[in-house]
Amino acid sequence: MTTLPLTPYNPPYDAAALTATHYDLNEADHPEGGSTLLGFWIYLMSDCLIFAMLFAVYGVLGGNFAAGPGPRDLFDLPLVALNTAMLLGSSLTYGLAMIAMQRGHVRGVQGWLIATALFGAGFVAIELSEFAHLIALGATPQRSAFLSSFFTLVGTHGLHVTFGLVWLAVLVVQLAQTGLTAANQRRLLCLSLFWHFLDVVWVCVFSVVYLMGSLR
Amino acid sequence: MPNSVPSWSPLLGRLSLDVLPLHEPIILVTFAVVALAGGALLAAVTWFRLWGYLWSEWFTSVDHKKIGVMYMVLGLVMFLRGFADALLMRVQQAVGFNGNEGFLPAHHYDQVFTAHGVIMIFFVAMPFVTGLMNFVVPLQIGARDVSFPFLNNLSFWLTASGAALVMVSLFVGEFAATGWLAYPPLSGLGYSPGVGVDYYIWALQIAGVGTTLSGINLIVTIVKLRAPGMTMMRMPVFVWTALCTNVLIVASFPVLTAVLALLSLDRYVGTDFFTNDFGGSPMMYVNLIWIWGHPEVYILILPIFGVFSEITATFSGKRLFGYASMVYATVVITVLSYVVWLHHFFTMGSGASVNSFFGITTMVISIPTGAKLFNWLFTMYHGRIRYELPMMWTVAFMLTFVIGGMTGVMLAVPPADFVLHNSLFLVAHFHNVIIGGVVFGTFAAINYWWPKAFGFRLEPFWGKVSFWCWVPGFWLAFAPLYVMGLMGVTRRMRVFDDGSLQPYFIVAALGAGLIACGIGAMLVQFGVSIARRESLRDETGDPWGGRTLEWATSSPPPAYNFAFTPLVHDLDAWDDMQRKGVARPVAGFRDIAMPLNTGTGVVLAAISTVFGFGMIWHIWWLAGTGLTGIVVTAIVHTFNGRRTHHIAAAEVAMIETARTRQLAPATGA
Repeated sequence: MTTLPLTPYNPPYDAAALTATHYDLNEADHPEGGSTLLGFWIYLMSDCLIFAMLFAVYGVLGGNFAAGPGPRDLFDLPLVALNTAMLLGSSLTYGLAMIAMQRGHVRGVQGWLIATALFGAGFVAIELSEFAHLIALGATPQRSAFLSSFFTLVGTHGLHVTFGLVWLAVLVVQLAQTGLTAANQRRLLCLSLFWHFLDVVWVCVFSVVYLMGSLR
Repeated sequence: MPNSVPSWSPLLGRLSLDVLPLHEPIILVTFAVVALAGGALLAAVTWFRLWGYLWSEWFTSVDHKKIGVMYMVLGLVMFLRGFADALLMRVQQAVGFNGNEGFLPAHHYDQVFTAHGVIMIFFVAMPFVTGLMNFVVPLQIGARDVSFPFLNNLSFWLTASGAALVMVSLFVGEFAATGWLAYPPLSGLGYSPGVGVDYYIWALQIAGVGTTLSGINLIVTIVKLRAPGMTMMRMPVFVWTALCTNVLIVASFPVLTAVLALLSLDRYVGTDFFTNDFGGSPMMYVNLIWIWGHPEVYILILPIFGVFSEITATFSGKRLFGYASMVYATVVITVLSYVVWLHHFFTMGSGASVNSFFGITTMVISIPTGAKLFNWLFTMYHGRIRYELPMMWTVAFMLTFVIGGMTGVMLAVPPADFVLHNSLFLVAHFHNVIIGGVVFGTFAAINYWWPKAFGFRLEPFWGKVSFWCWVPGFWLAFAPLYVMGLMGVTRRMRVFDDGSLQPYFIVAALGAGLIACGIGAMLVQFGVSIARRESLRDETGDPWGGRTLEWATSSPPPAYNFAFTPLVHDLDAWDDMQRKGVARPVAGFRDIAMPLNTGTGVVLAAISTVFGFGMIWHIWWLAGTGLTGIVVTAIVHTFNGRRTHHIAAAEVAMIETARTRQLAPATGA
């Protein structure tokens, strides 16, 4: 907040000066997009709350196996470790994309975004194959409340990653069209927040669902 | 049709001619009336060639003032529908005695009370408060628009899309017959195999996304776009309450989204979240939905507290008493509203300790609320009070709401709740706070800000008729419910065995009739005011002697709100400027950048409605096409680089010069 000059209050006063202290007479246009990052942060927090709900549901229902298979029967930790590596790797490449953006290399940004997308696609592919494997074993989302909440929590994260992939593709095209404009830089920043956010959520999924599940 | 599993075809999903309620005369007559009235409206719009005007000036508008007005219109239209449901219930209960089955069959009656609750909360109260915040907040903080004007337009249309789905359910298929929160297992596939609950889910999901987006938008607006000098503790109380409300929205609507998504999975995929078997837990749903539901009631009432604060200060001609305590009370209520949800189901059996905790937190909320009430009273004390309509509604609110608050504290006592829960006492309590608070507050706000929105005041005579029908009508309708609730009469009943209750229900029905007169008088008030708008015109921009910045500009405000952004030196910025005799700048205008209108919001919401309809009726190709359409439209929109235009300095000068001329006689007098 800018500090304002003291107001001349007691008459006699200069009417023009009084107006000038109460109206911004030299206002310039505000730069576009000044609020976008804050807005996106708040959106991310609302999304975080959806994950919080799904974690809470998993916390309550995660032990209800209904005489069906439990985490120790189902989870393949080495595969999940590979998956985690994929996602962490994609975060690294996204970070490199942001560095390229700061240096003004459009091609570099695009290249790292594509690398990020490849890692992300690998993550989704491994997750889908894991799901297919579980379903083939008869461990379907319908089998027990544990599996319902497992598939929903992990699947919601996977859906977010898939959405991120679509966004990555759109951004690569937009960079090709208009280069590193202010709008595109803003979009890169938002997607960066989104992508790293998904990473953090995955770390929680990995710890709470897979690691703690294997101890159960 | 109830509780039968419908047949399915790939092309039409569960749709067939059987789903049209051709055998229910009440719905048929309603449909005929709606079709005739709707057809007449459409014909009139076409005849007067208004489509182009409506499309370019309203539907695609990103102006926060117009979006605010559209929210209010949506709320008003849905209010008439929700009130029609209320009348049906009141009449049914007044006649359903001594073996008389009344005129509503059980399955229809269940849908009516469900639709009444859903509509009144989601599509009446929410549009009203969102509309008020949209219209007032940017003006009060001296901004030109909200932070994300396109998103604002989209939010409105998503809300309208949800409302449209609820309306469609009246004539195509059925609505949920589960009560307004659709508790499982009743709302599960086993007990509700029809489309009713699916209508409920998708209407709320689509509208809920709109509400969340609008919450984010308004928070950012308040944080980022305040006029220079307006520190947090110089924000008008309405802006404070709006900020807290939108924080509540963003921090609670995702919970609703998640819990409804889980219910959809149970219904569409066959998961076991809320089932009785395979490890599911119906009480999980009840907990989750009230974690959204309790903040929701504060989402509705907090902005209304803000309205009353503005009105009390203006019509007492005094600065608001205890501004800082008002702000802290609002924030305390915001925080506490998250730790009381369990009081909605003390009977769940969570034990004495848990119930005591939630009982105490609930009672604690009455302390900041009480502080607010005393602040309003002390503002009036030694004030020069003018009993104009907004002030009349405010006093009616204070008297009514205090009773509702006290019955709320009674319900917060777990042992008392075990007796009173699920009874008409509860029904009377929440109508007491929602009608006495939100509805009265909305009427106060409409009377207060109407001149700002349209440039002419509302005619007071019919407004007073409406007031004197509404307030006694409310008490006539709900006092019998308090009495019967104490006697143990349960809610959601269609017929009664005990004939001695009938007089109470007849009195309640008469009360509802009186309220109907109040609504009619209000519509007349609007009509008469529009007809006599020339004699009611507000030339000054400040018809009430207001204290905050919205009164510093003309009525209605120009598209850009303020030609020069005001610099704020005091809590009541406009009052401060008037006291000092600050002259309005009349020269040196500049180009003003404003957002461009766009039809994308309308298109996205229309496709969302189609998507929702496809999901409801299991028309998978339609739902798939709709979802793809939403994604593609959103992506295409991001390629649109033309988002702002400039209002030329010459045009600003022209508008402002006209304003100077308009003000001249007012200052001369």
